[in-house]
Amino acid sequence: MRPATAAFRTVPAGSPLPVCACAVAPQRFCQGGCDMAVAATGGGSGGWFPALALGVSLLKCLLIPTYHSTDFEVHRNWLAITHNLPVSQWYYEATSEWTLDYPPFFAWFECALSHIAKYFDPEMLVIQNLNYASYATVLFQRLSVILTDTLFIYAVRECCRCVSGKRIGKDLLEKPMFVLAVLLLWNFGLLIVDHIHFQYNGFLFGLMLLSVARLFQERHLEGAALFAVLLHFKHIYIYVAPAYGVYLLRSYCLTENKADGSLKWSSFSFLRITLLGLIVCLVSALSLGPFIVLGQLPQLISRLFPFKRGLCHAYWAPNFWALYNAVDKALAVIGVKYKFLDPEKMQKAAMTGGLVQEFQHTVLPSVTPFATLICTVVSILPSVFCLWFKPQGPRGFLQCLILCALSSFMFGWHVHEKAILLAILPLSLLSVQRAKDAGLYLILTTTGHFSLFPLLFTAPELPIKILLMLLFTVYSFSSLRTLFRKNGPLLNWLEILYLTALVPLEIFCEIVFPLSPWKLKLPFIPLLLTSVYCALGITYAWLKLYVSVLTESATVRQKVE
Amino acid sequence: MDKWSLMTIAVLLGLTVRWTVSLGSYSGAGKPPMYGDYEAQRHWQEVTYNLPINQWYFNTSDNNLQYWGLDYPPLTAYHSLLCACIAKLINPDWIGLHTSRGYESQPHKLFMRATVFIADLLVYIPAVIMYCCYLKETSTKKKVSTALCVLLYPGLILIDHGHFQYNSVSLGFALWGVLFLSNNWDLLGLVLLIKIAVTVVAAFAMCWLPFCTEAEQILQVLRRLFAIDRGLFEDKVANIWCSLSVLIKIKNIISPQTQLKLSFAFTFLSLLPACIKLTLQPSLRGFKFALVSCALSFFLFSFQVHEKSVLLVSLPVCLIINEIPFMATWFLLVSTFSMLPLLLKDGLLLAYIGTTLAFLTVCTASFSIFEKTSAEDLQLKSFSLSIWGYIPWLKPFPKIVKSLFLVSITLMGVLSLISATLNPPQKLPDLFPIFVSVVSCLHFLIFLMYFNIVLLWDSRNSRNQKKTN
Repeated sequence: MRPATAAFRTVPAGSPLPVCACAVAPQRFCQGGCDMAVAATGGGSGGWFPALALGVSLLKCLLIPTYHSTDFEVHRNWLAITHNLPVSQWYYEATSEWTLDYPPFFAWFECALSHIAKYFDPEMLVIQNLNYASYATVLFQRLSVILTDTLFIYAVRECCRCVSGKRIGKDLLEKPMFVLAVLLLWNFGLLIVDHIHFQYNGFLFGLMLLSVARLFQERHLEGAALFAVLLHFKHIYIYVAPAYGVYLLRSYCLTENKADGSLKWSSFSFLRITLLGLIVCLVSALSLGPFIVLGQLPQLISRLFPFKRGLCHAYWAPNFWALYNAVDKALAVIGVKYKFLDPEKMQKAAMTGGLVQEFQHTVLPSVTPFATLICTVVSILPSVFCLWFKPQGPRGFLQCLILCALSSFMFGWHVHEKAILLAILPLSLLSVQRAKDAGLYLILTTTGHFSLFPLLFTAPELPIKILLMLLFTVYSFSSLRTLFRKNGPLLNWLEILYLTALVPLEIFCEIVFPLSPWKLKLPFIPLLLTSVYCALGITYAWLKLYVSVLTESATVRQKVE
Repeated sequence: MDKWSLMTIAVLLGLTVRWTVSLGSYSGAGKPPMYGDYEAQRHWQEVTYNLPINQWYFNTSDNNLQYWGLDYPPLTAYHSLLCACIAKLINPDWIGLHTSRGYESQPHKLFMRATVFIADLLVYIPAVIMYCCYLKETSTKKKVSTALCVLLYPGLILIDHGHFQYNSVSLGFALWGVLFLSNNWDLLGLVLLIKIAVTVVAAFAMCWLPFCTEAEQILQVLRRLFAIDRGLFEDKVANIWCSLSVLIKIKNIISPQTQLKLSFAFTFLSLLPACIKLTLQPSLRGFKFALVSCALSFFLFSFQVHEKSVLLVSLPVCLIINEIPFMATWFLLVSTFSMLPLLLKDGLLLAYIGTTLAFLTVCTASFSIFEKTSAEDLQLKSFSLSIWGYIPWLKPFPKIVKSLFLVSITLMGVLSLISATLNPPQKLPDLFPIFVSVVSCLHFLIFLMYFNIVLLWDSRNSRNQKKTN
């Protein structure tokens, strides 16, 4: 059964967005002549959406000359590899240190791009041209990200259709679907990671959101196929695969529930599970098949899962391990000071940690990849159980997906700070529906986005990241507050205090610290502070979301009883 | 959403676009020996910081006026001095006398860009916000959309943050002037007039005081400011003289003195109607339209006009964008297009495309300009009533206007693309800039007519206002 509280409503695909009532609002409302809401909706079929999408695309174009990270060279190298070499050598080639470590679909995607790239600048397709970045190369690579984002834009549109337009008659700016469109299209994290730092997350998240939207529209097979394709583009999405697996089994393969909402095995549809299996196998065969035939599967897997890297990235992603490392370091310092520990035994490397990849724990036990795997699985399990035993339709699935993403972010091995987007973007969908989720979303996005700041460390990009961050934060706070005006404040005083303290932290890290004498002695302090401080907020958001999901399903059960 | 959140978002968007444009190239980057306006501004900092004030405008062994000599009024010089003092704190090499000529580096670029950015933030942007907040009879959202459109006007952004100049300071002050005038409009009387006169004189005195030591000083400054010997027009500017020179080489036929008189006569005649109308029927609305009309007359007909002077026209047009969104947007697009040759020279093609399209998108979305093409929306009601009887075939007016707009936009787009991609024929190296100038000039002439018609046929203004009051 579907609880009535589920605020999502499926709108058949292809039906126009609910007509903005502003267009037919009484004269009094339109008297301003050029009321933005009335104007933007134009004929009423949602003229605001293209404007939003076009606007952000043009902003992306303006970001073309900004700084780009080594990921730019990574993708250039992949263009060259896939363009020049036969498939059999893609996962063996190692001229550059940035070897191909994404699944085959992404390699094919690069191969396709390379055939356009040759018209821009054939030099970028030479494998030996390491760190080649002519203007045409930059232009081509940046434009390829901007243009493939079309898929993301389409997916956002589909997601907006899944959001109920129950507030029809209100101002356009206060409609959930408008807010959602802005929160997704103008997402700060996606803008700086893709269009400044340089990566192709846009169309990948587009695939994910599209598959989520398809599940909301009850087009399960399509959703499953899209997700399978996505997995073979970038395997980091495997973090959220449990949510997909369990949801499809529970709510698609099991066609009915018992009256009390519990499992009814007799309704298990073998046709449906066969179809699902077929889709997954077909997609996998298409992607991995050639490499299995070539006998390169082990090599491919060793490239995709490089466990040789450290527990934490050079800059600690703000997760549980950042806190763990910080506690370890604090204990070491205290220990040396009060002579519990022998300073001779402490390696020098440990004290400058945060800059080196391998981090040696001095007091607490060191963490192995296996331990992180266990932690991740254990932290994911409750949410998956919740999805299995207390299904709440697509909404429950989305919650589980977010919890999976957040849990693996918290405990995963060698997690990048960018992975927080995996939780932030789907959470946007929930945030416009309920005040509780909106509050959570504000904490998670603000801290999560702030933790992305160290990605851009060059002086010319400093104003951009601050301006864009302010833009997004001001919008998300004011729009969600307006949306849930009747529900009282979204955040309590402690949460507000925590978020406000990010401002002095940023001022300290970017302005005070570089001018202070500690810069040379303790260069890792800003990164450490940012990481640990954000880790607190993200951990808090994770716990709060978990508690909210688990208690909510308890209340649902009570209602049923 | 409340007003201030929306306004903050509009300002932040404007600032973001400004900073992204400023990451690009600037005028004369890496082009010795003369470089461009960027070097001019840096050189002024060097001169004002190192030389005593009585040498600023004089040709001395330390101050070669042939190399970007100061030719702006004293307040600009003081501003350069202020920037120079800050530059001195960061890196004295940036303003070393003689040694810093042609200095270019990433940190220096960042510094120079930051000075423009901060000046914009302190002077121009607050003025725009204040102006939009004080707009009468408008909803919050309309105020915010006006602010957003004005802040995203590409011409000013590209020239200040791309090409490199401090127009936002002077335009910002102009806007503050309009703002204070319009707030006191109802009270405007003899006492206020005297007050204004006193203020103006006092302000002038403050600026000029250091130069009042001897008559020669003042004369020299004036000579520098009004450089008559430079000729009727410079480069390829979209005014009437440059466009006419395609047909007649006026510069060669007539003596410079006659040119001066001719341009003066034309300018005077073209701004006369607007001024007379405003004197006879003063109103705030009439004042704004008269500002546009006068500025445009000066741009089209006066002596020694730069392509950047079109910004002086754009500012008043920005002020009436909420009244005639369609025509204002059109004008602002043409004005940006008219500076295309300059922007191409500076390597700002990408920023030009991005900001112009963004501006068009924002205007379309927030004012739905395409649905506001009727005679009434264009403020041509009274004019059309008086003329429909004679030209009945103009009935489907909105459609004609809309298609004219589309044709014009397409033409500008195509010309932009051609000038950016194709090489001109060898015999005619200036072919594309001339095209751009002539096309823009034709637009501007029509706009001048339009603005004058709106102003002259505007009957409802003063009397109606008095009635309602």
